[in-house]
Amino acid sequence: MIMPVILWTDALVFLLTLVVVVFVFYARSKPHIRAPWQRVFRGRVAAASAVVLLAFVLVGLLDSLHFRLPLEGNGHNGEIHYSVDVLSVFDVLVGPLRSQEEKTYSAPFATHLFAKESVEHADGSKTREFPPLAHAGRHLQKSSTVKHVDILQRSLASLFEALLTGALMLWLLSGVLARRAARSTRDMLREILLQRTVIPWRTILATLTLLLLLVFLSINLASVYHVLGTDKVGQDVYYLSLKSIRTGLLIGTLTTLVMLPFAIFMGIVAGYARGWIDDVVQYIYTTLNSIPHVLLIAASILMLQVYIANHPELFETTVERSDIRLLFLCIILGITSWTGLCRLLRGESLKLREAEYIQAAVSFGVAHTRIITRHILPNVMHIVLITVVLDFSGLVLAEAVLSYVGVGVDPTMNSWGNMINGARLEMAREPVVWWSLLSAFLFMFTLVLAANLFSDAVRDAFDPRTRER
Amino acid sequence: METMKQPLLRLENVSVQLGHGDNAIRPVDGVSLTIQRGETFALLGESGCGKSMTALSILRLLPQPVGRITAGNVWLGDEELTALAESDMRRIRGRRISMIFQEPMTSLNPVLTVGDQIAEVLKQHHRMKGRVAADRVLELLDAVGIPDARRRAGEYPHQLSGGMKQRIMIAIALAGEPDLLIADEPTTALDVTIQAQVLELLQKLQQETRMAIMLITHDLGIVAGMADRVAIMYAGQLVEEASRDRFFSNAQHPYSRKLFESLPDVRKRDQALATIPGTVPSLNQEFSGCRFAERCAAGWDYCATHVPAWHAAGEDQATRCHRADPALDKPAISARVDGDKDHAARQLPASGNLLDVTDLKVHFPIHKGVFRHVTGHVFAVDGVSLQIPRGSTLALVGESGCGKTTVGKGILQLIRPTAGSVRFDDIELTQLAGEALRKRRSDFQFIFQDPYSSMNPRMMVGDIVEEGMAAQGIGNNKIERRARVDQLFEQVGLSAEHTQRYPHEFSGGQRQRICIARALAVDPQLVICDEPTSALDVSVQAQILNLLKELQNTLGLSYLFITHNLSVVSYLADRVAVMYLGRIVEEGPVARVLEDPQHPYTRALLSAVPDIEPDSGREVIRLAGDLPSPSSPPTGCHFHPRCPQAMPQCAQAYPDNFGAPGHPVRCFLYS
Repeated sequence: MIMPVILWTDALVFLLTLVVVVFVFYARSKPHIRAPWQRVFRGRVAAASAVVLLAFVLVGLLDSLHFRLPLEGNGHNGEIHYSVDVLSVFDVLVGPLRSQEEKTYSAPFATHLFAKESVEHADGSKTREFPPLAHAGRHLQKSSTVKHVDILQRSLASLFEALLTGALMLWLLSGVLARRAARSTRDMLREILLQRTVIPWRTILATLTLLLLLVFLSINLASVYHVLGTDKVGQDVYYLSLKSIRTGLLIGTLTTLVMLPFAIFMGIVAGYARGWIDDVVQYIYTTLNSIPHVLLIAASILMLQVYIANHPELFETTVERSDIRLLFLCIILGITSWTGLCRLLRGESLKLREAEYIQAAVSFGVAHTRIITRHILPNVMHIVLITVVLDFSGLVLAEAVLSYVGVGVDPTMNSWGNMINGARLEMAREPVVWWSLLSAFLFMFTLVLAANLFSDAVRDAFDPRTRER
Repeated sequence: METMKQPLLRLENVSVQLGHGDNAIRPVDGVSLTIQRGETFALLGESGCGKSMTALSILRLLPQPVGRITAGNVWLGDEELTALAESDMRRIRGRRISMIFQEPMTSLNPVLTVGDQIAEVLKQHHRMKGRVAADRVLELLDAVGIPDARRRAGEYPHQLSGGMKQRIMIAIALAGEPDLLIADEPTTALDVTIQAQVLELLQKLQQETRMAIMLITHDLGIVAGMADRVAIMYAGQLVEEASRDRFFSNAQHPYSRKLFESLPDVRKRDQALATIPGTVPSLNQEFSGCRFAERCAAGWDYCATHVPAWHAAGEDQATRCHRADPALDKPAISARVDGDKDHAARQLPASGNLLDVTDLKVHFPIHKGVFRHVTGHVFAVDGVSLQIPRGSTLALVGESGCGKTTVGKGILQLIRPTAGSVRFDDIELTQLAGEALRKRRSDFQFIFQDPYSSMNPRMMVGDIVEEGMAAQGIGNNKIERRARVDQLFEQVGLSAEHTQRYPHEFSGGQRQRICIARALAVDPQLVICDEPTSALDVSVQAQILNLLKELQNTLGLSYLFITHNLSVVSYLADRVAVMYLGRIVEEGPVARVLEDPQHPYTRALLSAVPDIEPDSGREVIRLAGDLPSPSSPPTGCHFHPRCPQAMPQCAQAYPDNFGAPGHPVRCFLYS
């Protein structure tokens, strides 16, 4: 039996997922919420970036299902001991990626280590040479294929598989859509290929096929090579980058979850009640804004570090320890970043409280709480949404910066910030070890670019000022 | 000789399209018209009929990139404007054709002085610079009647009042010495007394410069006072064109006639106003018949299937109606089929005042400095007393900024009064607070001016109407309340199916009906209507007025009707109170006040209202200047700086109530 482990952040992630799912079902019945979302997904760029974002989210969610395996040879009286390694479903899925560790650095697609070592030969002589890798490229020795040919063959096979799956998806999709619209599959197929559908299915399918290509490439190539090389302790960089997705997503979303209640409640109440309540809220966020954020974050993270070090008995595994640090980083980032949204919401509520429909509600004697929840909140939700989506990419980047400075996530946690931090020394080597930095950059760039493109589309669809056109 | 005959501007079959594909809208569809030198040509029609688009297409200023001229020619003299390059158009705009817009507040650049903005045009079109330009700017400011031109030229738009800004806009338009001035609703955003000033100015300038004016408006009164020729636009087409006299004496098209009939008037007090059923058809379709057929009382089945041609109807007049086609066999016009019914006789309930307001004051403090101490007050309402008997209507009339709306909100305790008493049904409302006030709120309701902003766009209209009932505990459960909502919708002329829709799915008139239903939902005794029809077209206004009157007759409601539209007052009100700068200057029965106004301000206000009877022989009393600021009202009588009959004592003290019993007038003329 395995032992499921629910980390704090896992619980919050699934809570957030639940909220999103509930919202989706709620929004389906409300045309005024549904309409702008439909506008979002009608844009080709937005649809493509949504697919990319969803792929990231999928990896993040799979990586959030944690468990511990039982140890071999269990103790007496039926008691089961569990391994101290906390694994996730994602780890199981990628299998060899995690376990195939080398001794130290190796370049992408290399078959030998990056550094020379003394090798003792069978006849007792010693030479300094690049020793072959323990896992990558072993199959080349058995058969006599050349490495480049092998890579090409495997890539072509992946391309073929991806195209095949893509075509299959296209056929299935047109079948489903055709049934829904009561038309023939052929017609629908033509509509999709000519991009005549309301939702840009062709773009979505093309993006999916591209993602599938990456998946198949990983399956075919990453199992026998280190496609992005290995790091100092021989871990596969590709695996590390994938594991870092969860950290990036968590920072981006959980921080929002922490800050939203503050920002929404304080902002609306300040704007609606005015008077001394408004003064108090304004003083709070002006004060908070005048403290340098890095200072505040560094102070609280260092304090937490001391606490964790003094109470080792509270944490069973290292993963739990780094998890609590991640959670606190989210909280402290949230506390420092709610002021902007709060100020926006205060201004909007100041404006809305004078709106005639609010006055009408007052003249009916509707209670204040009801005015806030029924009239003000739904009418500021577009601002909340736009801010949340725009903030996301900023927070992902903030994590990288903070980890680089040393006050970010735990050094044992996989994160792009830690990878970049490590690259500081790697870049100083001769010859340069460049692949860690490049992979962290590539992954972060893709996520942030997709998030930015998507948030642009969301803003265009929800902002009343841009909707006129 | 040839050039004398040639018209200044000639539109031939101009069509405009907005957007692409199936949803493209054709706001202008085959409009032909000519404007002669020096004449005033009025383009009349309700909102959404394509008036402004026609004007914009002449100047090629259609919204980009969606709008374009799809067919037709625009001839200015012998130049074809649609064929000109954009750079050549700049030579036309502001130089040969100028335009002034409806909203003077947003048409001026707030960071440039008005002098600079006029000088910019001079530099562009006449290459005037330095002293020459500065002198010309002063000349122009003088010409548009701005006093103390030298000082005003150095001021910024926010330092000027609305009327002044519109004068500046006219000065800018005149700076290029155009042959044609297009005025798009130039006075809609202004008060009647200011409107009279601006219209008079336009007429004077036209006589001096012999320029032609294309006046776009929805106000028949303005047309009667200004125009030489009139064209009526409906759903993207001209439906009638005539000289002013022919049009006002003998309008041909059923739509034009309906416009006249739906105007509220004192003579129609006892009957329902004529309304036009339905709405303007959406312009994204191909029409196979007359565009007005569905709403027309004079139409017959032929109209729905045949597009009417342009028929001459006597000298100086032409119309687009099958009834004017001599070749057709026309059935007689059936009797009124659109369901207009005269109002049931009003039953006046037990006498006694429902509302008794004495000496109501609402002052807003002005905060300044770091510690936000109070440096002064805006005397928005400064001692207003009024009574409303049960089941009757009091109209509160005045220009914008005089505090009418604040009176309404002060009575409802939406704004807490500074002083004074509001007795409603013998309960002192100013003393009530919290829960006690919340419970009484069902007795008095408010209908707002703008039906677009007075409903939460994210709630279904059924929920909006139900909300007040739920808050007031009317109806035991949701099902009962729902049934009542359905019934209310029927009562205001909508159907119960409409409850499941969102506000944006309704037209302006329908929304105002929903707002009325919302107010009625809590069974109020008093309804305060704050300009409920000023955002609506004439024909829709008639529907709402009919509804309000019918509801009063059947439910015995009392209204406080806040408005600046005096024809609505004469149609609807029993008594009228005229307000000036926070105080009521005259009050009395509607017939006496409107026919024999006592206070000089009331007289000026009444004379400034454009009248559709041409040459009715009335003299417009021109008021100098603008409404003073309510934060520092003039000493003595507030009106004396603008009053044509001011006496020395007017500056000394505020006059008491004088005048006949039941018709108090606060003016020393009657002491």
